[in-house]
Amino acid sequence: MALDSRVPKGPIKDKWTTYKDKIDLVNPANKRLIDVIVVGTGLAGGSAAATLAELGYNVKAFCYQDSPRRAHSIAAQGGINAAKNYQGDGDSTYRLFYDTVKGGDYRSREANVYRLAEVSANIIDQCVAQGVPFARDYGGLLDNRSFGGVLVSRTFYAKGQTGQQLLLGAYSAMNRQIARGKIQMYNRHEMLDVVKVGGKARGIITRNLITGDIERHSAHAVVIASGGYGNVYFLSTNAMGSNATAAWKIHKKGAYFANPCYTQIHPTCIPRSGDYQSKLTLMSESLRNDGRIWVPKNMDDVMAIREGRKKPTDLSEDERDYYLERRYPAFGNLVPRDVASRAAKERCDAGYGVNATGEAVYLDFASAIERYGKEQAKINGIDNPSAAKITELGEAIVEAKYGNLFQMYEKIVDENPYKTPMMIYPATHYTMGGVWVDYNLMTTVPGLYCIGEANFSDHGANRLGASALMQGLADGYFVLPYTIGDYLADDIRTGAIPTDTPEFEEAEKEVRDRIDFFMNNNGTKSVDHFHKRLGKVMWDKVGMARNEKGLKEAMAEIKQIREEFWKDVKVPGDANEMNPELEKAGRVADFLELGELFAKDALMREESCGGHFREESVELDGEQKGEAKRKDDEFAFVAAWEYKGEPADAVMHKEELEFNDIELKQRSYK
Amino acid sequence: MSGKGMNLTLKIWRQKGANDKGRMVDYKVNDISEHMSFLEMMDVLNEQLIAEGEEPVAFDHDCREGICGMCSLYINGEAHGPDRGITTCQLHMRMFNDGDTITIEPWRAAAFPVIKDLVVDRTAFERIQQAGGFISVNTSGNTQDANAIPISKHDADEAMDAATCIGCGACVATCKNSSAMLFVGAKVSQYALLPQGQVEAADRVRNMVAQMDLEGFGNCTNTGACEVECPKGISLDNIARMNRELLKASLK
Repeated sequence: MALDSRVPKGPIKDKWTTYKDKIDLVNPANKRLIDVIVVGTGLAGGSAAATLAELGYNVKAFCYQDSPRRAHSIAAQGGINAAKNYQGDGDSTYRLFYDTVKGGDYRSREANVYRLAEVSANIIDQCVAQGVPFARDYGGLLDNRSFGGVLVSRTFYAKGQTGQQLLLGAYSAMNRQIARGKIQMYNRHEMLDVVKVGGKARGIITRNLITGDIERHSAHAVVIASGGYGNVYFLSTNAMGSNATAAWKIHKKGAYFANPCYTQIHPTCIPRSGDYQSKLTLMSESLRNDGRIWVPKNMDDVMAIREGRKKPTDLSEDERDYYLERRYPAFGNLVPRDVASRAAKERCDAGYGVNATGEAVYLDFASAIERYGKEQAKINGIDNPSAAKITELGEAIVEAKYGNLFQMYEKIVDENPYKTPMMIYPATHYTMGGVWVDYNLMTTVPGLYCIGEANFSDHGANRLGASALMQGLADGYFVLPYTIGDYLADDIRTGAIPTDTPEFEEAEKEVRDRIDFFMNNNGTKSVDHFHKRLGKVMWDKVGMARNEKGLKEAMAEIKQIREEFWKDVKVPGDANEMNPELEKAGRVADFLELGELFAKDALMREESCGGHFREESVELDGEQKGEAKRKDDEFAFVAAWEYKGEPADAVMHKEELEFNDIELKQRSYK
Repeated sequence: MSGKGMNLTLKIWRQKGANDKGRMVDYKVNDISEHMSFLEMMDVLNEQLIAEGEEPVAFDHDCREGICGMCSLYINGEAHGPDRGITTCQLHMRMFNDGDTITIEPWRAAAFPVIKDLVVDRTAFERIQQAGGFISVNTSGNTQDANAIPISKHDADEAMDAATCIGCGACVATCKNSSAMLFVGAKVSQYALLPQGQVEAADRVRNMVAQMDLEGFGNCTNTGACEVECPKGISLDNIARMNRELLKASLK
């Protein structure tokens, strides 16, 4: 089947406006006759549920947490981009569009990204109207900060908790509709399958996580907003419950899955400390503005540090290798996330990692503390300040800028980052790949939509900082509510979708059979045992650097783990009660399939782009020697996979990417 | 890894379901690293229980970085345990010593009934927010420009401080009256401090307080324990502001 992206014709800056003018509308009285299911209540799902309910549709919203407010969007720290140009520094819709396409290493769909940039300004207006307390300057106007990969200040923020505040805004909008009865909220419910009737998505099967009841819910359209699949690595910055089940179930029922190999490994996370580790914690990208990244130059010093005979502060400047500054003099410590992560891995693989596991590098603030300290001494008129005074003044500035992050680090690691450098290492953070959608955000199944991180559309092969929040809210507040109307306009005479039909019967049976299987399997190993093994294969062979041999091994090993899982997994307790192990078993079963497709996609893509680095595809000479090499002639397409039973049998469909408004160029940071 | 390798006795509340009576049960965990988080220690216990053919302990948790508000353990008589300014997931085992006995209970409040073991039902908080914790503005793309109304930095910062509440319920669990006033006060304050919140201010505070009372939360007697145990440092000033807002509303 040829993929039709349904991108409207015409100049890019007019596409969305023209398209909206021609879209079919549903009159207010008829909206009352139409039900929409929204799965997931993060920024995308929460904003979509609220907006659809405001429009008059009957919304049923589902989340596995005990409240919509706890979706993992809540953990986003840095900010949200919008082309407001409040700073008058030359920002525009076009520039945000351009930065996002370039940042994505030219692997996203131009028309979707332009629309994202276009509606970004509306998001800020909407959030302020809802009472989101963005940071302001002394004149009472909104403040901005700058983020990686761009030349303007367009990031709006609320301290280091921007995701929390935006999600609470969407949640408040939902609450208003729940109170009016326009949203029926199902907390602690997990979607376990989608139901298709006559080829169209018409409902879902859920499990009530408190009682274990399996329930049927019908609607005229189903919206999946269930986030990314980073937990396929077991360890990631995602929440413990973040999972791919909703996305994977719809894939198995006909929705194509696009570019699964595009994953963002974030360079600055707190390293793992032991095998018991359950998750990894992000340290904001903003730290790289003032922190210098290094490892020792000499292996003797590495060993001395690991054995506790030396401290990092004992090493002189010439004994340190500031490897980012060495390799990328132009961008230094501020290279993009994918480049910084690979460089850390390269040093640690060479044996220079500074902690016991050999997987950590230093992020050092001593230079910044000294620089700020001297500056403050001058401002305060202190002549010949002592070294101690300079440090004291400098630390105060660093505390004002990053105090909450330093405190978080100290609580976890039990070391004072003002006095000794932080230890950091890359960790899985965000997945750019996801369910394939057209311009309307509809999947390859009619009536089935996918929004937010769960879809693939806007970030290409690498996402820029502060763009995930923008995409989630753009999809939910300003895009889906229009595009879904075009589809639902045909459903005004359909009437309520009955659930006592063979289609619902069959889907429910599949769900029950799988649960029964887990409860009766009587295996010997816990779900986590398998999840950790999967994670290790993914990290070692489908992580920051990939090659043909490793990817083939990964596919075989994942298949092997999957077979063992089904034979030997042990799920204690009962199906008819709260049972966290049963929940995990279903999610890991899906990760064990997704992981293999992920490796297959990475194997197919014999180029390096964004977060996907193939060791075989590097520049061989010249200034860029050793850097990632994109192959636009062969791989400027979206790989959309169709499910065919085993993940290894998935069939690829190509959506060729056209770049009419942006010229394809190599990214250089030298 | 380095570390003390602590051996610990855990006294944990086990309750099969809402109608079960529940009881404390003793468990032993050995060789616990001081670098583990408290919930990772609970993971170790649960893996041990699964291996022994027993049912693992149910507890709420999700982000494990102190922001989602899901985790909710009452540890040695304190909400979120012995450290300050953190949630349970940010508590580390270095706060404990080899040979310690640790008592772990769910939040205890009439308005937070136990669902299973250490998991409680906090949907009372949901209903309070549905009663008025919002500004009535539809999504249109035509709201006025975000900079149309300047807001003093001081007010914006104070609104932000109130808005950082993660809705975990530690305040209720800590309060001897099981009062939810710190939670409700924080939500009322966020809107009361912003111009966008003024139009509905009177109805909002009346409705939210009425729902709070209906849910069976107790009254505030100014002990201040909630503020001490709040992982986000939400100030008691928010309760005072809520009371002022309620008084203002009653005069309208």
